[in-house]
Amino acid sequence: MSEAAVAETAQTDIQNPDPRIIAFCCNWCSYTGADLAGTSRLQYPPNARIVRVMCSGMVHPNLVIDALTKGADGVLICGCHPGDCHYIDGNCKAEKRAEAIRLMLEDFGLEQERFRLEWVSASEGPRFAQVMTEMTEAVKRLPPSPYKVG
Amino acid sequence: MTPMNPPSKNGRKVGAALVVGGGIGGMQAALDFAAAGIKVFLAESGPCIGGVMAQLDKTFPTNDCAMCTMAPRLVEISRHKDIDILTLADVEKIEGEPGDFKVTVKLRPRYVDEEKCTGCGACAIACPLGKLKAPKEGESSKKPKPIPDEYNQGLSTRPAVYIPYPQAIPNCAVVDAEHCLHMSTGKCKLCQKACKADAIVFDQKEERVVLEVGAVLVAPGYELFDPRLKPEYGYGIHKNVITSIEFERILSASGPFLGKVQRPSDKAEPKRIAFIQCVGSRDHERDYCSAVCCMYATKEALLAKEHLSEHLECEVFFMDLRAFSKGFDEYYQRAKKLGVKYTRCRPAAVEEVPETKNLRITYLTEDERKAVKEFDLVVLSVGLRPAPSAQTLAQTFGLKLNPHGFCATEAFAPMDTGKPGVFVAGAFTEPKDIPETVIQASGAVARILELLPEAKGTLIEEKQYPPETDVAGQEPRVGVFVCHCGTNIASVVDVPKVVEYAKRLPNVVHAENVVYACANDSQEKIKKTIVEKKLNRVVVSACTPRTHEPLFRNSLQEAGLNAYLFEMANIRDQCSWVHMHEPEQATIKAKDLVRMAVSKARLLEPLKKKHVPVHKDVLVVGGGLSGLTAARSLAGQGFTVHLVEKEAELGGASRLLRYLLEGGLDPQRHLDDLISEVRSRLNIHVHTGASIASIAGFIGNFTTKLKTASGEEEIRHGAVIVATGAQEHRPEEYLYGKNPGVLTQRELEERLAQGSCKAKTVVMIQCVGSRDEKRPYCSRLCCGMAVKNALKLKALDPAANVYVLYRDVRTYGFRESFYTEARQKGVVFIRYDEDRKPEVAESDGKLSVRFVEPIVRQEAVLEADLVVLSAATVPPLENKELAQHLKVPLDQNGFFLEAHMKLRPVDFATDGVFLCGMAHYPKTMEESIAQAGAAAARAASVLANETMELEATLSEVVDENCDGCAYCVEPCPYKAVTLLEYKASDGAIKKIVEVNESACKGCGVCQATCPKKGIVVRGFRLDQIAAQSEAVLQEQASPETPEPAQQPVGAGEGV
Repeated sequence: MSEAAVAETAQTDIQNPDPRIIAFCCNWCSYTGADLAGTSRLQYPPNARIVRVMCSGMVHPNLVIDALTKGADGVLICGCHPGDCHYIDGNCKAEKRAEAIRLMLEDFGLEQERFRLEWVSASEGPRFAQVMTEMTEAVKRLPPSPYKVG
Repeated sequence: MTPMNPPSKNGRKVGAALVVGGGIGGMQAALDFAAAGIKVFLAESGPCIGGVMAQLDKTFPTNDCAMCTMAPRLVEISRHKDIDILTLADVEKIEGEPGDFKVTVKLRPRYVDEEKCTGCGACAIACPLGKLKAPKEGESSKKPKPIPDEYNQGLSTRPAVYIPYPQAIPNCAVVDAEHCLHMSTGKCKLCQKACKADAIVFDQKEERVVLEVGAVLVAPGYELFDPRLKPEYGYGIHKNVITSIEFERILSASGPFLGKVQRPSDKAEPKRIAFIQCVGSRDHERDYCSAVCCMYATKEALLAKEHLSEHLECEVFFMDLRAFSKGFDEYYQRAKKLGVKYTRCRPAAVEEVPETKNLRITYLTEDERKAVKEFDLVVLSVGLRPAPSAQTLAQTFGLKLNPHGFCATEAFAPMDTGKPGVFVAGAFTEPKDIPETVIQASGAVARILELLPEAKGTLIEEKQYPPETDVAGQEPRVGVFVCHCGTNIASVVDVPKVVEYAKRLPNVVHAENVVYACANDSQEKIKKTIVEKKLNRVVVSACTPRTHEPLFRNSLQEAGLNAYLFEMANIRDQCSWVHMHEPEQATIKAKDLVRMAVSKARLLEPLKKKHVPVHKDVLVVGGGLSGLTAARSLAGQGFTVHLVEKEAELGGASRLLRYLLEGGLDPQRHLDDLISEVRSRLNIHVHTGASIASIAGFIGNFTTKLKTASGEEEIRHGAVIVATGAQEHRPEEYLYGKNPGVLTQRELEERLAQGSCKAKTVVMIQCVGSRDEKRPYCSRLCCGMAVKNALKLKALDPAANVYVLYRDVRTYGFRESFYTEARQKGVVFIRYDEDRKPEVAESDGKLSVRFVEPIVRQEAVLEADLVVLSAATVPPLENKELAQHLKVPLDQNGFFLEAHMKLRPVDFATDGVFLCGMAHYPKTMEESIAQAGAAAARAASVLANETMELEATLSEVVDENCDGCAYCVEPCPYKAVTLLEYKASDGAIKKIVEVNESACKGCGVCQATCPKKGIVVRGFRLDQIAAQSEAVLQEQASPETPEPAQQPVGAGEGV
């Protein structure tokens, strides 16, 4: 395929050009990584809104499900890499909950791609930007949230 | 010249200390001093603190992200009211006496006003020198050359005005006068025009300050060996030969290639990487081991494989793999399993293949055949050299340097110098890794606290705030301040539109824009507005709360508002800077972020930090060298110590040490002196023959029951130090215990000390019970001990035949020169492989040792009068019980496991409990003494305070929601939640959980586990977080018309 053809396919894949994404980021690693993306002037799509939490293990599954059933097109939880957690192993607990969240998505008729758990360290500005870009692109390929009002 | 603090109140001991060197050691010391009530001047010769650790990508042996662990400390230091950071600072002169020094410090000009600079970086972007391109090869250019960026080791370039690295503290620009165009031509000044804070001051002059301090800690660190001095490796000639620190930057996500592993010549991904060890270590001119390179090369090889692919070939050319510390040997074994190849040799030369820029390494294999191998990239593991300032510092402070140029110290006082009142720590005294440096820094703090017990707290001033306005029951009145950050935000985000939008949000009664929210004039404006407009919630929409929240909270308090009625919207780092080319979208996002912050702010409540009283006594468990040293230090600092020893006598395993590798000092004399001092101290209560029946409580408030010969005893104390030691393993192999000619090293040492060792041929076997399946760790001590005893045998009888059968000789640091000496004196070192261990046999009462000669690979037999086993050092079995009492973990080998291997080497994750000595890992007397000091300093940081301030943002039980299901109890990482049963007024048994706030850290794992909103984290309550995400989903703000759509909420709603 030519480059133009690839771009066209990518364009036609897009079902939701302006998705709303909520990203819960832990204070110690991922939020810091997000700041570093800024200091490094790394550009990524402007669709996500970051909510700062102290630990990824602090994010109640209801927060994710509520956001998705109130119209968020995607929800992201970002925490420290395994072993790096500021609170010993809060991120491991987030990982266990993520499994439960993934199961619940099905019950609510939502695609798996709408939820992600990612590890981003304080020095991974590029990775943060990449995670944001990937997530946004993945959600763009889905239809708008079925729970979106109006 | 003006003194920077008033004379000490008692006229003799000044309650302040000067720390020279802002690396990780100096940072640790500064925090420890401040916690113990000593004012700190932290003097760094460079433009910012952080040292080499700030350049590291990850740290061994856990591959933890270096910046993740370090950044919170940088911020804490920058905000600490009792730590003054002096950068570009050189110490010139010291006068006075210990306890009362005057130190003159020269401050070189930064050409930037630190008070005014906001760290926004606009100057760096404006500087034309930052945009220079390197001239193409062969092109001769008279244009100025790009300036190499020191942080990236010259692999990238920087402007002439710059912030050294993103997290740098002070977060303040610096002008490089050598390169700056204005400085040489008088023109340009583009940075000055770009700086809206008016912070660039080209005519700033050098200054001198005189600091009055009670003591000085010198921790200038080290410099890396310049591999150009080894031309055979081609560094500086062949582009793809780089140093280990350059590779560290290449691996880093914040490095020159954004974490992509590329080689310098053509930016291609390497397929084969070679690491050459001991470049500038273990040679004729530098007869010492740099102690860190084996592990960092292993780490870099692992990370490179992680970055590129498992198929990446990594080969480490080494002489002895020195994985001698906690978790290191396991790390090395893991690297081998993951395919890192280790080849034992010292390469002769590196040559470039001109066509491909690949590199050919020539080396001799172990069986002495010449071999040549090609690689795409060669990394030189450069050694550690004395700090560049070592000579000057030695002269200024009157310190002695050793023959290698490092600061000379003595084994039983490793942080003391010859000069009273001046102490040292870190790689200035010997090459060492981060935890050893952090340990010595805390250890040196303990020595200084011993010197200044009466001066503690005299120069610490409590900050006074006006009484807090009671906002309970008030409708929220939110004030929003939107920052331009010069042009950093305003050039992308339409700030006036954001302000107009904010004005229409529910409960917002005031909104305005400020050029720099963090500048002094804006702070005053915010305070004034709080009072005038009766604001009871404040939102600042600017940069990141991680660095700036404390500043704004302070302003709230100064205006009589509770600090927690504050929220930030990060519209710079997470908006204008990352959507620079989409101003419209960025403006929409900024409005959303403000709306989210306001939504949360409306639900904020005033929070109070609780204070719990602290018991000033301390419990030290273990009466060996470490326990005794920690006890003596704490008693010297004025605390009451309870020293508990299970044996009838004090002294522990050190009782068996008769002399040191370094010679000279007598360990038993030191131990006797220490014991008699501890025994004579009125504030040390020695409990021998005692064991611990139970320990209850938490930091500041422990209650311990002791079992002694005379019955039970109860002690109340505020902190615990675990110093339970370790002992020599009793071997089961090599005919030990069956033939009287088979001894352990300690038994040999005893015989040598008594002069009763008459052996013509002695064969030593290393790693007996270490580095095997049962005990995968290296026992660290045995190589040094074998060299020590071999030298002693040779001293007693130069004709004696001494053989050492080893796997790797791990004489790290300055121990290396004794290994050299032993070989020179004729001690024969022969290597054996793990899978072909030596065999000891007896025939007619005569001992023989059979082994495989590694060069000719043939079996050989040595007849021996004595076979000496370097037996493992093993932790006591009782550790398990103590660990359960204290609720602290052991590692897989049975040693106690610290809170963080790099930065918290003497802390447990449980607050108020510390560890030192061989309870942590096998170590030398010198290392145990340093760590005992460190534990004493860390305990002092708890005990120095009458009360302990707890965080305000901790978990709280919502009584009406909690039904005692206890789902939250087990997941709590700090065991801070317990289940209570009680009888309700109607007689029914009810259950509820309870939070121990002294143990809670506010991580919120409990909150996320609770199905009934029965437990929440203050300041991060479920409803507060939900308000933010719901605000996102409210109808999207258009860039033009504001459409706030919320119903006002009462202040008390929520929990």
